[in-house]
Amino acid sequence: MRLNCTVNGEARQADDVWAGESLLYVLRERLGLPGSKNACEQGECGSCTVYMDGTPVCACLVAAGQAEGRDVVTVEGIADGPVQQAFLAAGAVQCGFCTPGLVVAVHDLLARDSAPTDPEIREALAGNLCRCTGYEKILDAVRLAVQR
Amino acid sequence: MDFLRPSTWDEALAAKAAHPDAVPIAGGTDVMVELNFDRRRPPALLDLTRVAPLTEWGTDGDLLRVGAGVSYRRIIEELGSRLPGLAMASRTVGSPQIRNRGTVGGNLGSASPAGDAHPPLLAAGALVELASVRGVRRVPVDGFFRGPKRSVLEPDELIAGFLVRPGGAQQFAKVGTRNAMVIAVCSFALSLSLETRSVGTGIGSAAPTPLRATEAEEFLSRELDWEARGPVPPSVAQRFGELVAAAASPIDDVRGTAAYRSHALSVLARRTLAWAWKGFREVGP
Ligand SMILES: Cc1cc2nc3c(=O)[nH]c(=O)nc-3n(C[C@H](O)[C@H](O)[C@H](O)COP(=O)(O)OP(=O)(O)OC[C@H]3O[C@@H](n4cnc5c(N)ncnc54)[C@H](O)[C@@H]3O)c2cc1C
Ligand code: FES
Ligand code: FES
Repeated sequence: MRLNCTVNGEARQADDVWAGESLLYVLRERLGLPGSKNACEQGECGSCTVYMDGTPVCACLVAAGQAEGRDVVTVEGIADGPVQQAFLAAGAVQCGFCTPGLVVAVHDLLARDSAPTDPEIREALAGNLCRCTGYEKILDAVRLAVQR
Repeated sequence: MDFLRPSTWDEALAAKAAHPDAVPIAGGTDVMVELNFDRRRPPALLDLTRVAPLTEWGTDGDLLRVGAGVSYRRIIEELGSRLPGLAMASRTVGSPQIRNRGTVGGNLGSASPAGDAHPPLLAAGALVELASVRGVRRVPVDGFFRGPKRSVLEPDELIAGFLVRPGGAQQFAKVGTRNAMVIAVCSFALSLSLETRSVGTGIGSAAPTPLRATEAEEFLSRELDWEARGPVPPSVAQRFGELVAAAASPIDDVRGTAAYRSHALSVLARRTLAWAWKGFREVGP
């Protein structure tokens, strides 16, 4: 089937989409946007987090056809923002696999709440796993992004 | 595989009647995991996310009617004060990303014994509304589950929503290894109504289906001091806990042993009772 949706503000089209494939697969393999990562394909890790119609979702759990006509924003669409800079400055990136999903989740948190408490930050990031940093640096990065 | 995309409820029911083996997909948080891991290869997916009435809620006489497609996030944000037990359970589901997409209709559709929406719906005496081109029927939720991941839903039917009587004191508690992202080891929901002087219960993850503890309900509704709302005697709380545990038929699995589940259930029952009754005594009906 053919899929039409808006990705990072641009109208995009993908052809020969299989009905059972995920939005994550479409983004990475058909639209050349490998920023969103595929690490578990079962909603557990959050590394595929994207905005769909303004709401953060796991792209691996959205069927491609469900994105028809929707507005998708990936980590590429919010690149070079203060969140990325804070992650770099705080040393919150090691292997980097979790980073794109965390950047989207933090971007959403700060859009809703300009001064989140530590428990609020932890709750907002509960769906994003990181195997490297032990999370402390990630919390530092969020606090830094809040200050900026 | 076909992708069916109805935009109205009538179209959705017609599509399900024409393709009874099509798998409905709402938030996709159960369906997509099965597809991604090749555990399921249905001939068609029936996308319900464009069917507006499924995402609406409102009153129906003195009941609250909630569409099957209302997400956990919206239950928490929009219905937290009307359905506190379900909202408490919703807060424990997955992560923000999962709660943004996952729906109560999907939880019922999966009919997992561990589904977190089920105990509060059981405790509140909810009705599940099922629809097909043949008509609409409302099934009490304690008659909806038929076995692990099985329900009375017919192949041509869709879940339209559920109905509950709002009000009363409601509590939910779940045992798991951490707060986020865990399947319950066991869970318990309690609902107390001053108006009808009745007790509702719901047990999760401790039997082949979610279930009520009817004997415990009858016992407690007899023993509570509804008139003066006096303290609950420890012996009553104790017995209530025992009767709740006795209603379950837990098994040993990777998440916990049967003995642990029984013990935990009696603790959850006593705790939720203390919280709910305290709420009554402090703020009144
Ligand atoms: C990481 C992760 C964590 C999770 N944590 C929890 C948790 O803590 N507690 C919990 O209970 N669950 C949890 N789940 C499971 C899942 O999120 C829930 O069961 C959720 O309620 C499913 O809703 P959905 O809308 O995503 O359903 P879908 O995946 O879209 O559908 C689920 C099933 O219901 C059917 N269905 C959906 N809507 C309808 C309808 N209107 N009529 C008929 N059939 C329908 C589908 O065909 C399918 O069989 C988790 C899942 C993931 C991936
Ligand atoms: S790849 Fe989607 S949550 Fe892990
Ligand atoms: S930096 Fe490696 S997983 Fe987070």
